[in-house]
Amino acid sequence: MNRIRRPSLRVNTLLPMATFACFIALWYLYAKFNYDNPVQRRNALPYPHEIITDGFMPVTDKVNGLRPILGYMWPTVKVTILGLSIAITLGIALAVLMNLSRSVERALFPYAVVLQTVPILAITPLLTQLFGEELGVRLVVTVLIAIFPVITNTLFGLQSTDQMHHDLFTLSHVSRRTRLWRLELPSALPSLMTGIRIASGSAVIGSVVADFFFVKGEKGIGYYIRTRQQKSIERPEMFAGTITASIFGVLMFLLVGWVTTRAIRDWHDKD
Amino acid sequence: MPPIADEMSDSALRMTNISLTFADGTQALENVNLNIQSGEFVTIVGPSGCGKSTLLRLASGLLAQTQGLCDVDRTSLGYVFQDPTLLPWRTVRRNVELNAELAGMDKPSRQKAANAAIGLVNLTGHEDKYPKQLSGGMKMRCSLARSLVLQPNLFLFDEPFAALDEITREHLNDELLHLFQNQHFASLFITHSIQEAVFLSTRVLVMSARPGRIIAEHAVDFSYPRHPDIRYQSDFAEICGKISADLKVAHS
Repeated sequence: MNRIRRPSLRVNTLLPMATFACFIALWYLYAKFNYDNPVQRRNALPYPHEIITDGFMPVTDKVNGLRPILGYMWPTVKVTILGLSIAITLGIALAVLMNLSRSVERALFPYAVVLQTVPILAITPLLTQLFGEELGVRLVVTVLIAIFPVITNTLFGLQSTDQMHHDLFTLSHVSRRTRLWRLELPSALPSLMTGIRIASGSAVIGSVVADFFFVKGEKGIGYYIRTRQQKSIERPEMFAGTITASIFGVLMFLLVGWVTTRAIRDWHDKD
Repeated sequence: MPPIADEMSDSALRMTNISLTFADGTQALENVNLNIQSGEFVTIVGPSGCGKSTLLRLASGLLAQTQGLCDVDRTSLGYVFQDPTLLPWRTVRRNVELNAELAGMDKPSRQKAANAAIGLVNLTGHEDKYPKQLSGGMKMRCSLARSLVLQPNLFLFDEPFAALDEITREHLNDELLHLFQNQHFASLFITHSIQEAVFLSTRVLVMSARPGRIIAEHAVDFSYPRHPDIRYQSDFAEICGKISADLKVAHS
């Protein structure tokens, strides 16, 4: 019943910042000693400050810097959020179905695992044939990558419902539906939210990766990164795009974490 | 099973020649006969694993016997588990409302009934707390209130106070007796504690080791209300001693 002792603000912010400082320092050292020629170095592994000056700046120019990066981010944000929503809805629905019937679980679960293990890259031609090269296929890739953690965590949560709580509901002669809504889903909530949190990070990866293979329709940050990869002179821009996409991933993760905390903080005992 | 009108009129639970053998061949209960009249508080003591809890699960319908008859009105049954089994996402008030809600009682009536039950178990003022904010004794009170809401005729208690410290347990024993006198329900109570059994009950049954059989019965004649201090009287100790002797036989 004791509350988990919260680390102080100082520890919460200072420690990650120290890690970040070490990382940046290592980056500088590695870039400095690994390349003899400064031009070669900038085009292979630019210094962190060069990513800011040559990648993110200028801030408001239409062709270079931050503004086009954000322009490419917008479609990525849309695909991520839409794809994640589909993955959550579909994932929970599938987990509920599998929880209702052992046969459905036996029939479907192996394929949920296959979904997770199949290399998306290898089946892109198939995906193109089935879903085209625009929004549809981008969503499919995002959902394929994000749905597995939702299914497994929700199913685990539903199946971990306390047996005595089940007995309690059995004594009241409740319907299957009541049992699901009043008992199983609420008790699965903490684990379901963990699944969604993992999925939110995966969804960003999915929508960025999709841009690498599908070039029609509205292009996202993945397209920006891929095209900047091809010219070494644009290496700082490539890093700037990658960093922006990562920041978006972190923001998604934090957002879902915040929603989770708000949803269950009053009653959930952290183990 | 429709109750037989003339025989069942005063009986809250009647078990006739009940036996239960599990699918793996373990015989849990053998030829158990039990009759609890309304207004009676019957307690079963016995070695652990003897099938006491199984008997309650059977009475409630959570399990089915392999032989024998069990006459009980399952629409008017309160079941208090060993664990408080509160739903952690519901506040005290909403937990107490649960059984009434699942039974389809409308919101105003169940809120009223819940408030009354919360008052009966002395939890007034804690209605908006979540289970994790409650002590073990308060959780048990809340669990008790949840069963009280529907005012059942028969209560089944599966070692409800076993996990509590001695003082809290004695305190809850007093409160339970108080409820028993005012709410007029019949009780089938299970415990490991001879003292608890004698203090609460009108009758104490001793069950043998597996397969469980009722091997002895002791009437407890102290009148209600019972003062907490009767626990220290010599005639109280005498009954405890007799039951203890029977339990030694039960263990062998």
